[in-house]
Amino acid sequence: MTYVGSFETWATIITVAGTAVAGDVLTAGAMRSIGDLDDIRAQSGMPGAIKAVVSSPMFLLGVLSMAASFFSLLFTLSNVDLSLAAPASASLTFMGNAIAAKIFLKENVDKRRWLAALFVCAGVALLAH
Amino acid sequence: MKHTLKPAQYLILLAVMLTASIGDTLLSHGMAQVGPVSLAHLGVLFTAMKNLWVVAGILCLLGFFASYLTALSWADLTFVLPSTAFGYVVVALLSKFWLHEAISLYRWLGIVLIVCGVGFVANGPSRTEHADHPGIELDPLA
Repeated sequence: MTYVGSFETWATIITVAGTAVAGDVLTAGAMRSIGDLDDIRAQSGMPGAIKAVVSSPMFLLGVLSMAASFFSLLFTLSNVDLSLAAPASASLTFMGNAIAAKIFLKENVDKRRWLAALFVCAGVALLAH
Repeated sequence: MKHTLKPAQYLILLAVMLTASIGDTLLSHGMAQVGPVSLAHLGVLFTAMKNLWVVAGILCLLGFFASYLTALSWADLTFVLPSTAFGYVVVALLSKFWLHEAISLYRWLGIVLIVCGVGFVANGPSRTEHADHPGIELDPLA
């Protein structure tokens, strides 16, 4: 394994988290625009539900971002220890999602949800020990 | 307006938690049998597709993606994500009671924190009501 400097380490980890947040927010935005999948499936069956999802440009952009996150994670793991990269990127993704959901999705991120994001973030970091 | 979930929707969230953690565990078990994959020997990945554990893991992860998308169609991202984190707890408990791995004090503390985090959101509304706009606005300046 090749060890890189701390700037490169955090730049790659932040890239993994940033692309993951973009993927989550775009897919969540797409799913909200499409509407309740259970209702769509009841009306037009499973093919109708699949068509509604895969024909959404926002969903496809989200999947592309998720793929970018996956490949940047692979790149990060070839340079940075798993015990740092996995929990650091997962924790940053949780906090980033709470912030991005409030700004872009206009979700009501109240005290309860901030606390949940913080607890989950700390919990994921501790699980890596 | 307080959005509460129907029993079938709780089942979807349960599927999100279980399929992700079980899928990862199956993939991990299968890839341990297949052996290391390097850039020079990417063909090994095709061999991996013949491994039943890997195929079962991929099917589980497809199930995860389908149930995750379904959950996002009726619940907020900040409601669904802590549920997916509960999968880490499932993996830790499977490791302890099925694979008989030792779990350190740090990990038990991590499990307690995640359970508390999931508990915080599970008691709240699942969805933010957008009275004037049922869709989504991705422009933060709008």
